[in-house]
Amino acid sequence: MTKLTYERPVIQKLNTGTMNKFGSRTEYTPVTHIEGVSVKSLMADYGSPLFVISEPQIRRNYQSAVRAFKTRYPKVQFAWSYKTNYLNAVCNVFHQEGAWAEVVSIFEYQKAIKNGVPGNKIIFNGPDKSSDDLRTAINNHSLIHIDHFDELYMLIEIAQELKTKATIAIRVNMDTGIYPIWDRFGFNYENGQAWNAINKIMSAPELELHGLHCHIGTFMLSAGAYATAAWKLCDLAWNVKLKWNHMIQYLDLGGGFASANTLKGSYLQGSDIIPSTEDYADAIATTILNFGFKPDELPMLFLETGRSLIDDAGYLLGSVLATKRLSDGRRATIMDFGVNLLFTAFWYNHKISPAQEFSHHTEDMVLYGPLCMNIDCIRESINLPLLSKGDQVVVHRVGAYNMTQWMQFIQMRPNVVMVDAKQKVHLIRTKESIDTMLRYELVPEHLEQFKL
Amino acid sequence: MKLNKNIAVSDNGFIFNPLSGDSFSTNPIGQEVIRLMKEQKTKEEIVKTLAQKYNSEEANIEKDLVDFFQMLLSYQLISEHE
Amino acid sequence: MSKRKITVAVSGLNNIDSPGPGIPVIRGLKESSKFEVRIIGLSYENLEPGLYLHDLVDKSYSIPLPSSGMDSLLQRLAYINSIENLDVIIPNFDAELHSFIKLGPILKRDYGISSFMPDLETFESRHKSVLFEFGEKNEVKVPKSKMIFSPNEILAVGNSFGFPLVVKGKYYDASIAATPEQAINYFHKISAKWGLPIILQEFVSGNEVNVTAIGDGNGNCIGAVPMRKLYITDKGKAWAGISLLDDELIEITNRVIGNSKWRGGCELEFIKTNSGDYYLLEMNPRFPAWVYLAVGCGQNHPEALVAMALGEEVKPFESYQNGKLFVRYSFDQIVDLAEFEKISTLGEL
Repeated sequence: MTKLTYERPVIQKLNTGTMNKFGSRTEYTPVTHIEGVSVKSLMADYGSPLFVISEPQIRRNYQSAVRAFKTRYPKVQFAWSYKTNYLNAVCNVFHQEGAWAEVVSIFEYQKAIKNGVPGNKIIFNGPDKSSDDLRTAINNHSLIHIDHFDELYMLIEIAQELKTKATIAIRVNMDTGIYPIWDRFGFNYENGQAWNAINKIMSAPELELHGLHCHIGTFMLSAGAYATAAWKLCDLAWNVKLKWNHMIQYLDLGGGFASANTLKGSYLQGSDIIPSTEDYADAIATTILNFGFKPDELPMLFLETGRSLIDDAGYLLGSVLATKRLSDGRRATIMDFGVNLLFTAFWYNHKISPAQEFSHHTEDMVLYGPLCMNIDCIRESINLPLLSKGDQVVVHRVGAYNMTQWMQFIQMRPNVVMVDAKQKVHLIRTKESIDTMLRYELVPEHLEQFKL
Repeated sequence: MKLNKNIAVSDNGFIFNPLSGDSFSTNPIGQEVIRLMKEQKTKEEIVKTLAQKYNSEEANIEKDLVDFFQMLLSYQLISEHE
Repeated sequence: MSKRKITVAVSGLNNIDSPGPGIPVIRGLKESSKFEVRIIGLSYENLEPGLYLHDLVDKSYSIPLPSSGMDSLLQRLAYINSIENLDVIIPNFDAELHSFIKLGPILKRDYGISSFMPDLETFESRHKSVLFEFGEKNEVKVPKSKMIFSPNEILAVGNSFGFPLVVKGKYYDASIAATPEQAINYFHKISAKWGLPIILQEFVSGNEVNVTAIGDGNGNCIGAVPMRKLYITDKGKAWAGISLLDDELIEITNRVIGNSKWRGGCELEFIKTNSGDYYLLEMNPRFPAWVYLAVGCGQNHPEALVAMALGEEVKPFESYQNGKLFVRYSFDQIVDLAEFEKISTLGEL
């Protein structure tokens, strides 16, 4: 006689019924395959936890973003934001699609060069560029986006010393009606700092001002703010033309487009409220096109969007280590992945699906990671099927920032695989081992021996 | 293992405690456990019955059952469990 | 003339002491001279009184909370429609409108279910945080307001608006500050509870008057009835009110509904100052809970909304009776446990 599928007995008090079982049916639709590859086999072959990246999804995201902008504006160039996910395989998918590289440190810069990105197709952003970094960037004809006056003066000196010209842009910060204003990066628009910097640059023969750059924030839920930002950059470009008879070649509107993740504290689901790429594109393109440039003067539009291009191409697979009951009666489920891998769990309520079939019965629970640290909580409250030890889950939209901000803390980092369009699975980063970690450690001779 | 007096269980898995006025819902296995409890079965007997019928080990079922009884206790549906 | 038989789904069955508009809307529909309406109740909680009012609500279904996402709502509505064959849906909760507005075109295209709501842009344009701009655009006075993120901004705003000043949270809470020190105090209290930004609003003193209205989305105000509250509960809800003869208020309402091309029902909350000026304080994007007063005064707004949702041309109401009162009352229903069990476990009643 075949035995019936076991599910643990569960009883729940009906609290005058705020939440009901109809509340979250889609949450527990099992996700058994990613791009046609079985989740179970992925974990059997590569272990648990495991990051999975869908190459076809990256390409779909990229192509639809490019389409959204190119159908509205004639000259568009995307640059892949390395810090969002700088695994080489991921970067190269974007480069194959035509994206340049956008980097914010010499480490990322070197990664881009090693990936084969030509120096003049690298945008070098960020507040941390040493004089050596700048020399490299000048020699490679990279686009240097100046963040502060110290960098500006240093750059003039280096260019004089190298007897060459540097191709530059400045980063501008501004009030676009959203909060907080990111005024820590670049030169402020409203108080005239940006205009001062521009005048300093225009009077320095070593510097060629090619572009104006802004990056107004992250996870922007209002497309309108980009219209304001685009207008302010156009205004600066226009004034450069009037005063210096010099045409700005490109405007870089940065990134910050939201992905469909749900921010903590948001009542509605992220996917229900975020603007579409078309909304962002519309706001930006309409503003620049209507500003008054002649058709041949229209600046190139650069975009450095990261999150919205990669987030939903990344999945984290994991398994239940244990379930337990907390002192107040709440169910707690302990997973084999925590905030060490899922850094974004600090600000998102990630969508999590079971990887196998369950009945429609569900439970509210706290989801903890494996770390022996109180901060390791993935979801404070989530309604999921009756998970037991060994059950597997899929965390959605983890492609952005997790594979760069993850920590080697208590646990080591797991394998990362990429699934291609032909359902072939490629290992793109091997899991760390004790040897990986010990390679960088040195023990002084007098500490090598001890007796216990 | 004994359910408190007058606890009503319906076919839908709806449980009503007339003493406290609370109502609860339970899944089919939970209903089955409550039915076995009404038949005066001991914890060990319930574990055995379930292990024969379902694809899980006794140790696992026992662990879940202890948790279930703990919840019944906290909801005042039973008065004691070891 | 025989009445057209239709099925209408209505939410907001929470006819409690701070009631939702569902039951009043249903009463309007049940009294329709054009339609014979079968009512499908949509509920979020198992103790919404409307669930158990079987003479008004023919059948009810639980639906998922807006926070669980549009996909699960759509799935549930598709299921309900497969049984009930819905003609029209009237959502009545503020929190669910965003989802229903976005789902509106899909419900129409894929399931043939009509609704009658503003588009998202118009819906957002009357939001608390942008109401001042809404007023400028639609030629109605709105107390000046400014969003602030730091208490340092209070003094400058206070100098421009003058004291007292209303300090408001993004979603809820409002306090009247007589001095900058008080305003700073409220800033911290309210922001601790509701987060930033805080909205500072010019204080306007006078009497509160409200209007329940309906627009056709093409710039016509189909109906409007003004009311003043006569008795207010400790939650600030009207327990009794009286319809007013106020041509100026009707004219302002026509202008707001007309200029904004409002589509659907709404409630406009005004302050009438001692000098006779009207200031719009808030525009709620759905019928108010007292919409049945409009029916009682001769304007069946719910019926008009359903007719327009079904594509019928509706002529604006030309008059209403003033001096009609509504006096709310509460009523204890006796319900069998079996009914509560049914809605709790099956999600249908």
